[in-house]
Amino acid sequence: MTPQTEALPTSFPNAADQAAPAARISEARRLFWCIRRELWENRSIYIAPLTVAALILLGFAYSALRIPADSVFLTTTTNVNGVVTRTQHGIDPIQIYTIAAGLIMATTFLVAIFYSLDALYSERRDRSILFWKSLPVSDLTTVLSKASIPLILLPLLTWVITVVIQSLMLLINITVFHARGIDTTALHAGLLLTQNSILLFYHLFAIHALWYAPIWCWFLLVSAWARRTPLLWATLPPIALGVLEIITLHSGHVFALLKYRIHGPAGSDAFTSGTMPMGEMLSPAHFFATPGLWTGLALAAVFLAAAIQLRRYRNPL
Amino acid sequence: MPTTIQATGLHKSYGSSVALNRIDLNVAEGRILGLIGPNGAGKTTLLNAILGLTSFQGTLTVLGRNPWTQRDQLMNDVAFVADVAVLPRWMRVSDAIDFVAGVHPRFNRAKAEAFLARTTIKRTSKVRELSKGMIAQLHLALVMSIDARLLVLDEPTLGLDILFRKQFYDSLLNDYFDHHRTILVTTHQIDEIQNVLTDLLFIDRGNLVFGCSMEDFDTRYLELMVNPGQLPSAQALKPIQSRQVFGRTILLYDRVSREQLLPLGDVRTPSIADVFVAFVGQPNQQPIPPFSQPPAAPSSYTGAAQ
Repeated sequence: MTPQTEALPTSFPNAADQAAPAARISEARRLFWCIRRELWENRSIYIAPLTVAALILLGFAYSALRIPADSVFLTTTTNVNGVVTRTQHGIDPIQIYTIAAGLIMATTFLVAIFYSLDALYSERRDRSILFWKSLPVSDLTTVLSKASIPLILLPLLTWVITVVIQSLMLLINITVFHARGIDTTALHAGLLLTQNSILLFYHLFAIHALWYAPIWCWFLLVSAWARRTPLLWATLPPIALGVLEIITLHSGHVFALLKYRIHGPAGSDAFTSGTMPMGEMLSPAHFFATPGLWTGLALAAVFLAAAIQLRRYRNPL
Repeated sequence: MPTTIQATGLHKSYGSSVALNRIDLNVAEGRILGLIGPNGAGKTTLLNAILGLTSFQGTLTVLGRNPWTQRDQLMNDVAFVADVAVLPRWMRVSDAIDFVAGVHPRFNRAKAEAFLARTTIKRTSKVRELSKGMIAQLHLALVMSIDARLLVLDEPTLGLDILFRKQFYDSLLNDYFDHHRTILVTTHQIDEIQNVLTDLLFIDRGNLVFGCSMEDFDTRYLELMVNPGQLPSAQALKPIQSRQVFGRTILLYDRVSREQLLPLGDVRTPSIADVFVAFVGQPNQQPIPPFSQPPAAPSSYTGAAQ
């Protein structure tokens, strides 16, 4: 049977000659584009920490210019074994570096929370999931690209911004001190940027990425599941479970578990910056031998797998 | 002709409500199939099953693949516009092109640029800054630049003005369609796509109630505005539907020759909408005379499988 001729065009100027052979696109390339997409959509991922960093730098430059020339600084003298032998009390010029790192880390931590809770929820809310699903990108690739933001990208970004900002602060500090004839010994003695940046890197990946992985993946799971208010669905059920346990069993295992997860393994001090001495940090050997790390990672994998399945089944809201 | 879509006993129910009732469907390559049905008839469920967006019972093969279990591979060959409003509002026009070019092996960037050059859409605009018509143009520019073997359009022109709708279907035929692609389209603006389609399918309450090719449609169905006094002889020819307009009776016939009807009144070719009403029915209409029941609903259609 011949098709209706008047309804169909008689020539196809573009279709025939432009039908180029379809190039293969690797999953890695698709993942790359998906992560780029996340950064287009959620510009707060880098704008928020950069803004905080810029404000810190401005405030710091202002205070460095105003510091009295006859200030006495906190210095400590240590012997070869690292034991403090003499402490001179005064202004601690290093403390501000710790605060700067902490502020940037707190910012990206908040960004990660809100990002993870929104990642698989907003695309259903604005129905754009139908557009994303019309493209040959699997649910696995999509969810992995979203998980990589709190698990890899944000820790990395935190590290880069902190290292750059601390270097700039030190540069300003030394320049101002030299120009105004203030002794810089206290700075050089207390601030070991290279060592600090390595410690910071370890801290970010051990705690913010690996130890918190089940938290981020739980948030992603809830954002793929919730029909509304993912923040409440993510936080209230664990709290309710803890309260229920206290009321019925008179024990506090759920809350202890939550506290353990949020606070980090003993000795790791989750919320402090990378300027602490090595002794206060959990050694990598000890950290990777913590069972809580591995149960957490296993849980994270389960949450992530569930989020991938949910994205497949869930319809737009 | 190779088969693009093949369904046997395709079934989907949500709890106790049946969205698709054991449908058999066969769509050959190179057809433009219009899927017409009232709201809640199961159109979107059928499309979602074909696009691998929902699970189903029975067998369904799209381009040789099971859309639910082999969706990732299938989407290399299928493009769809689910809704004109689903482009993410935060996205820049240039980002949208970059992204589709980045992930789709069959996307022709030059073609998309050429489509957009014909519009007033700025490359630096965000989707939220575009009018509804422009968003539809952008979405279409993206989709029509994908060298897909099956294109599914679910209400692609919903809420757009008549000029744009006309332009849309012209563009679909002239710039996109060739005889190796298959297009599946649903719309409520039935009459506008009458000249676009090669095949027609009515769906009602989860059943396929009517299916035929447009060649058949044009030769089979006639509508008669009966002259007063000739109603009995007109009804003797077994119309499939009867309705009243300005006090005159209009009868719809299937496979009755024009020559037989001409002496009885004014004869014209009915629109898709007229036939649709006859098959899907309307509670406000005159009841169909008892001697001319519409044909029993065959929940299957293989007409597009030549």
